[in-house]
Amino acid sequence: MTSIAATGADLHAHDHHDADHKPGFFARWFMSTNHKDIGTLYLIFAIFAGIIGGAISGLMRLELAEPGIQYLQSWASMMAGKDASMDEAYHMWNVLITAHGLIMVFFMVMPAIIGGFGNWFVPLMIGAPDMAFPRMNNISFWLTVVAFIMLLGSSFVPGGTGLGAGTGWTVYAPLSTSGSVGPAVDMAIFSLHLAGAASILGAINFITTIFNMRAPGMTLHKMPLFVWSVLVTAFLLLLALPVLAAAITMLLVDRNFGGAFFDAAAGGDPVLYQHLFWFFGHPEVYIMILPGFGIISQIVATFSRKPVFGYLGMAYAMVAIGVVGFVVWAHHMFTTGMSVDMKMYFTAATMVIAVPTGIKIFSWIATMWGGSVSFKTPMVWAMGFIFMFTVGGVTGVVLANGGLDDNLHDTYYVVAHFHYVLSLGAVFSLFAGFYYWFGKMFGRQLNEFLGHLHFWVFFIGVNVLFFPMHFLGNSGMPRRYPDYPEAFAYWNGVASTGYAIMAVGVLIFFINVFWSLAAGRRAEGNYWGEGATTLEWTLSSPPPYHQFETLPVIK
Amino acid sequence: MAMSDPRNVPAPHQEYGAKLMNMLKKILIVLAVMTVPSLAMAQTANPAPAPVTKEIAAPVVATPAAAGAVAAAPAEATAPKSMDGSLPGYTPMKPTEGIGMPKPKEIDFQEQFSDNGQYAKWINNAILLPIITIISLFVLGLLLWVIVRFNRRANPVPSKTTHNTFIEIVWTLVPVLILLGIAYPSLDLLAKQFKPAPADAVTVKVTGYQWYWGYSYPDHGGFEVVSNMLKDKGDVATGERFRTDNDGPKQLAVDNRMVVPAGVPLRIQTTAADVIHAFAVPSLWFKLDAVPGRLNEKSLTITKPGVYFGQCSELCGARHGFMPIAVEALPPEKFAAWVKAQGGQMPGEAAAAAAPAPAAATTPSSAAPAAAVTVTK
Repeated sequence: MTSIAATGADLHAHDHHDADHKPGFFARWFMSTNHKDIGTLYLIFAIFAGIIGGAISGLMRLELAEPGIQYLQSWASMMAGKDASMDEAYHMWNVLITAHGLIMVFFMVMPAIIGGFGNWFVPLMIGAPDMAFPRMNNISFWLTVVAFIMLLGSSFVPGGTGLGAGTGWTVYAPLSTSGSVGPAVDMAIFSLHLAGAASILGAINFITTIFNMRAPGMTLHKMPLFVWSVLVTAFLLLLALPVLAAAITMLLVDRNFGGAFFDAAAGGDPVLYQHLFWFFGHPEVYIMILPGFGIISQIVATFSRKPVFGYLGMAYAMVAIGVVGFVVWAHHMFTTGMSVDMKMYFTAATMVIAVPTGIKIFSWIATMWGGSVSFKTPMVWAMGFIFMFTVGGVTGVVLANGGLDDNLHDTYYVVAHFHYVLSLGAVFSLFAGFYYWFGKMFGRQLNEFLGHLHFWVFFIGVNVLFFPMHFLGNSGMPRRYPDYPEAFAYWNGVASTGYAIMAVGVLIFFINVFWSLAAGRRAEGNYWGEGATTLEWTLSSPPPYHQFETLPVIK
Repeated sequence: MAMSDPRNVPAPHQEYGAKLMNMLKKILIVLAVMTVPSLAMAQTANPAPAPVTKEIAAPVVATPAAAGAVAAAPAEATAPKSMDGSLPGYTPMKPTEGIGMPKPKEIDFQEQFSDNGQYAKWINNAILLPIITIISLFVLGLLLWVIVRFNRRANPVPSKTTHNTFIEIVWTLVPVLILLGIAYPSLDLLAKQFKPAPADAVTVKVTGYQWYWGYSYPDHGGFEVVSNMLKDKGDVATGERFRTDNDGPKQLAVDNRMVVPAGVPLRIQTTAADVIHAFAVPSLWFKLDAVPGRLNEKSLTITKPGVYFGQCSELCGARHGFMPIAVEALPPEKFAAWVKAQGGQMPGEAAAAAAPAPAAATTPSSAAPAAAVTVTK
C-alpha cells in the first residue's frame, strides 16, 4: 500500500527547491507534521480499512445468497480454532454486521473524506502553508490507527455468546452491557473512544485552520464550497462526538463499575442510551455526507466550466442541514414507544431536511445548466452521485413518517436507504474526489477509460445490490438476520449477485490506481483546464512539500 | 444464556458508589432533559390520556438469572404436549399461502389486515411512492438533458449565470408545499395509530426473552403462553415436535401462537426480560419495541381471522433471527374456547365465579392489568 506514497515521493524528488526539502522516510511517514503526507496516510488507511469492511460485507452477502446457514459455522470455527456451536455461528453473524458498520463509518468514510481529502485540500484551497496544529494532526491519524487495531482485536476475544462484539454498530444497551459478557465490547467501546478523540482533535484543527489561516482577501463568503463543507462538518464533529463519548463511557461504567444508567432493574433506562447515541448518530450521517457535497460542488463547477450556481444558498444549505441535523435524532427510535407528540415532532422536523437537500441537488443541476460540460471520470461519478443521492434521499422522506416507519423500521428498506445515501452517496463522492485530485496528489493522472469502466461496473453493481433491498424491506425482511424465509430468497439472491458485480468494479479501480501510479500520464499543475479555479490548481502536481511560503492574495 | 449478573454481588464500597452514581445520573438526566425540551413537553402538555404508558413496571421475570431459568425449559409450559399444537377445543389454524407472510419476489408491502395498516399502505402507495418516483425521474431527466444539451460539443461556450432568485425561491417553496402535502396524511395516520384502546379491549402482554416470546393474558386469568420457533423435522430429536405446513413457513412458524380475537380492539403491551426486542408483524403494520423496565402499549384491531407472521426486529443477541412471531386471530367464540383450553377464563366468567383460586398456570401478578411494581435492588 505504501507504494502509492513511495511512488508519489519519487515523482517530485527531482524538484529540488528549499520548499521541497523532505525529512527521511521514518520521520516523514511516522512522525509526520505535513498536511499532505498526513492526508495521504489517511487515504491509504481508509482504503485498507475499506477493503476489510468491504470483504466483511462480501461474507455477509455470501451467507445471505440463499436461505439456510451455509458458511457461518465454519467461519466461526475458523475464528475460534475449535468446532463452533450454532449459537456461536449466529453470534459470528452479529460480529460481522457490527464490524462492517463500525469500519465503514469510522475507519473508511470518515478518515477518507475528512482526514484524507480534508487534510490535503483545505489548506491548499484557502492558501495556507499547512494545518494550524501539525502535530495534533499527526496524533489524530495515529489514534485512528490504534482505534482500528483495537476494533479488529476485539474480534478475537470473548464477547458473550462467542468471540467478538456482536452488538451492532449502535451498541444498544442492555445487549451491550449485561447482554455481552467479556472484553470484546469493552475493546470496541475503547476503539470508539480513540476514534472519537482523534476526530475531535481533527475537528479543532480544521476549525482553527479555516478561521485563522485563510489567504489575504479570502473572506468566508469566498471560500470554496469544499472548505465550507469541512467547516460545517468539523462543527458537527465537535458537538456530536462528546455526546457519543459520554454515552459509551456510561456503557463502560454499567459494564464494569457497577453503574446502572441503562439498567432498568436498578432504575436506569435503556432508551436513554438510544437518545444519547442518536444525538450523536444523526449528525454523524451528515458528517459522512457533507464533505461529499463539497467535493461534488467543486467537480460540477470545474467540468461545467461555470461557477457554482447559488453559491451562498449552497453554503448555507449545508449550515442548515447541520443545524437541523441536531434536532431530528429520535426518528431512529420511532418504535421505542415514544409519545404521539414526540413522534409528530420528529416526523415533521425530519422532513424539513429535505428542503436544504433539495436546494443542493437543484443547484448542482443548475450549475451544469447552460454549461459546457465535459464528462471526464470525476464528473461521471458526480452525476452518478446526484442521481443516487436523490434516490436515497427520497426514501428518507418515506422513512421520516413515523406512522410508515412502524412497518419499515429495522427492515431492509432502511438498509437500502442508508446504503443509497452512503454506499452510493458518500462512496461515489469519494471516488469522484479521488479521480478529481489523484493527479494533483500523486503527480500522475488516473486512466480515463478504466475510470469510466470502473464507474459503470460499480454503478450497475451497487444498484443491483441495494435496490432489491427496498423490496425485501417492504415485504418485511428484518435487518441483521443471517437467515430468512424462502419467500425472501429471490431478491437476496439478486442482491448477492450485485455484490459480485460491484466487487469487479472495485478490482478495476485498484488496477487503475496501480497502473496509473506506474505509467499514468504526468499531471500538469492544472490538468482540468479553465473550469478548475480553486487555489490548488495554481500549484504544481504534486504541490511542493511546503506550499504558499508567500501567501496568495485573493481579489 | 449462562451469564451471571456481576452487579448482584454486593461489595463493601457499594453504598458510596451507589450514591455517587445516583447523583451523576440525576445530573445527566437533567442535562438530557434540558437539551430535549420536546421530551419534557411531551410529558406534560398532553391532555389526552397518555397512549403509551411509561411507568417502570417490573418485567415478569425481573433478573437475567431468572430469565435463564425459564429459557432452560421454555416450551410447553402451559399446553399439554401434542405434535401439532392442538388442545382440547382448539386446533391451530392452517395459514393461507401468501396471507400474513411474505410472498416470493414481492416488491410491495404485505396485504394489510388492520384499518390503520391499510391506511398506511395507501399513504405510501398512493401518495409517497408516486411523489418520490416522480422526483427521482425528474432529477434523472434533468441530468440526461444536461448530457444531451449542455455537453462540450453541443454548447461550447458556457453561460455565466450564477444566480436566479426566482428559481431559487421556486425550488425552496415547491418542496415545502410537497412536504406539507405529505405531512397532512402522515400526522393523521399517527393520530389514528395512537388512539388508545377502549377500556374493554383485550389485553395481551408480550414479553421478549432471549430468544423466544411470552404472551400473557392479564384479562383472562393471567396465563402466559411461551412461543418458540419450530425447527424442521431433520433438526429435532425424534419424538420432539417439528414444523409442518400447518404451522407455517420455515423461519416463521412457532409452536404456540399468540391467539387473539379478530374484529375486537386489542391492547398490545410489550416489555422484555433481558435485552431489547421488538414485536413486529408486517401484515398488521405493527412494530413496538419490547424494552426491559418499560411497558409500551399500542392498540390494534385485526380485521379478519387468520395467521399473521412476524419476526423480532431489534438486535437481541445470537438467536435474534430465530424468534419469530405468529399471531392467530380467531372469531371471538373460538378465542374463548382457546382461553378455556389454556386454563384461563373470559372476563365475565371471572366475575361470576369470584373464585379466589386462579388457574394453576403461571404468573399471578399480571392479573392486575399493567400494575406498576417497584423493583428494589
